[in-house]
Amino acid sequence: MATRSRIKTLKINGRDVSAHEDETILDVAMEHGVFIPTLCQIEGLTISGACRLCLVEVAGWRRLVPACATHVEEGMEINTDTERLRNYRRMIIELLFSEGNHVCAVCVSNGNCELQALAQRLGMDHVRFTNLQPVRLVDMTHDRFVLDRNRCILCLRCVRVCDEIEGAHTWDVKGRGSEARVVSDLATPWGDSATCTSCGKCVNVCPVGALVKKGRAIGEMVKRQDFLPYLSNMREVKK
Amino acid sequence: MTKVSVATVWLDGCSGCHMSLIDMDERLIDLADQIDVVYSPLVDRKEYPDWVDVALVEGAVSSTEDFEKIKKIRAHTGILVALGDCAVAANVPAMRNPFKVEDVMARGYFETAAIQHQVPCEVVPGLLPVVRPIHEVVKVDVFVQGCPPSADTIHYVITELLAGRAPVLYDRTRPGA
Repeated sequence: MATRSRIKTLKINGRDVSAHEDETILDVAMEHGVFIPTLCQIEGLTISGACRLCLVEVAGWRRLVPACATHVEEGMEINTDTERLRNYRRMIIELLFSEGNHVCAVCVSNGNCELQALAQRLGMDHVRFTNLQPVRLVDMTHDRFVLDRNRCILCLRCVRVCDEIEGAHTWDVKGRGSEARVVSDLATPWGDSATCTSCGKCVNVCPVGALVKKGRAIGEMVKRQDFLPYLSNMREVKK
Repeated sequence: MTKVSVATVWLDGCSGCHMSLIDMDERLIDLADQIDVVYSPLVDRKEYPDWVDVALVEGAVSSTEDFEKIKKIRAHTGILVALGDCAVAANVPAMRNPFKVEDVMARGYFETAAIQHQVPCEVVPGLLPVVRPIHEVVKVDVFVQGCPPSADTIHYVITELLAGRAPVLYDRTRPGA
């Protein structure tokens, strides 16, 4: 077996750990059973660093860094669970709720939603920010699936899985800031897409109820993500 | 022993939180020794009392009546509990917010009504332009998420408050639960 990379030694929450230099802080934390909340990250897709939930503190560094997109370094002292981080994380979740139209009670993903689960785990008891009540369009033109942009948190897992795994690149993002929306092809109806293969990978990686199967009632949309590490591992072996 | 006075209030919600409250079943009998329900859709009193120790408020603030009511309740209440997702986050009632009130009324009383096309203007209160969660109108002391919160959750909240403690709820309920 070829030498993979050098080993770095560092501390996570005061605990000595070692890691390969090409590993991220999140990789090492997960290996050692240290919980860091994530939303845009999913095993099998490239790193995005979009949601900022995995921000951690590194001693001597003034800014916070995303654990998913920061490689380990020799002698790093990382804190993953401080009052400051807990505050920011709760704030991020609240901002996600206030930016879209999230109504868990009538959502097909109620009980199977990563945003809802994190809101609970991170202790959100209410949203301190006024809801923006944006007008966001629902696309029901596809035969089997629905895109409800009201529930989208712009994690871009759908964009990445379609491009990197399926190779279709049907999804993209249009607009900037609070106007940003996921669109299919050149902002044309999903049902008219010439590139979509209807594989359903985007539906299953979506952490919320934005991409779902048609004909599901409240709480019935269970996501299946087991295909993803399998497919991405297969490709790595081939290389 | 003086009993703790409790009010339960129904603003813009479906009454599901009140159903959950009643779902406490026989535990209500034990609670009756410690609390006195002085104002509620379930009791006869029409005017909010001068002072209430704990108010459990279901529903969002949607109408001019809700707005006046919650202001009055806040002024005459010790601990105000936002009960359920409508009270905490405006929830389903707020789904009309992206639309204008006139359009909502037109939809409800004209487009979808076969007969008697008219907007009610007497007895029923007018709708506010935007449905708000309670904490955006008055200060809320305890937030109880859930649609509806379970009877167990409500029982826990009441018994913790009776014991003089602040309920810790994140591992007991969640939005939509």
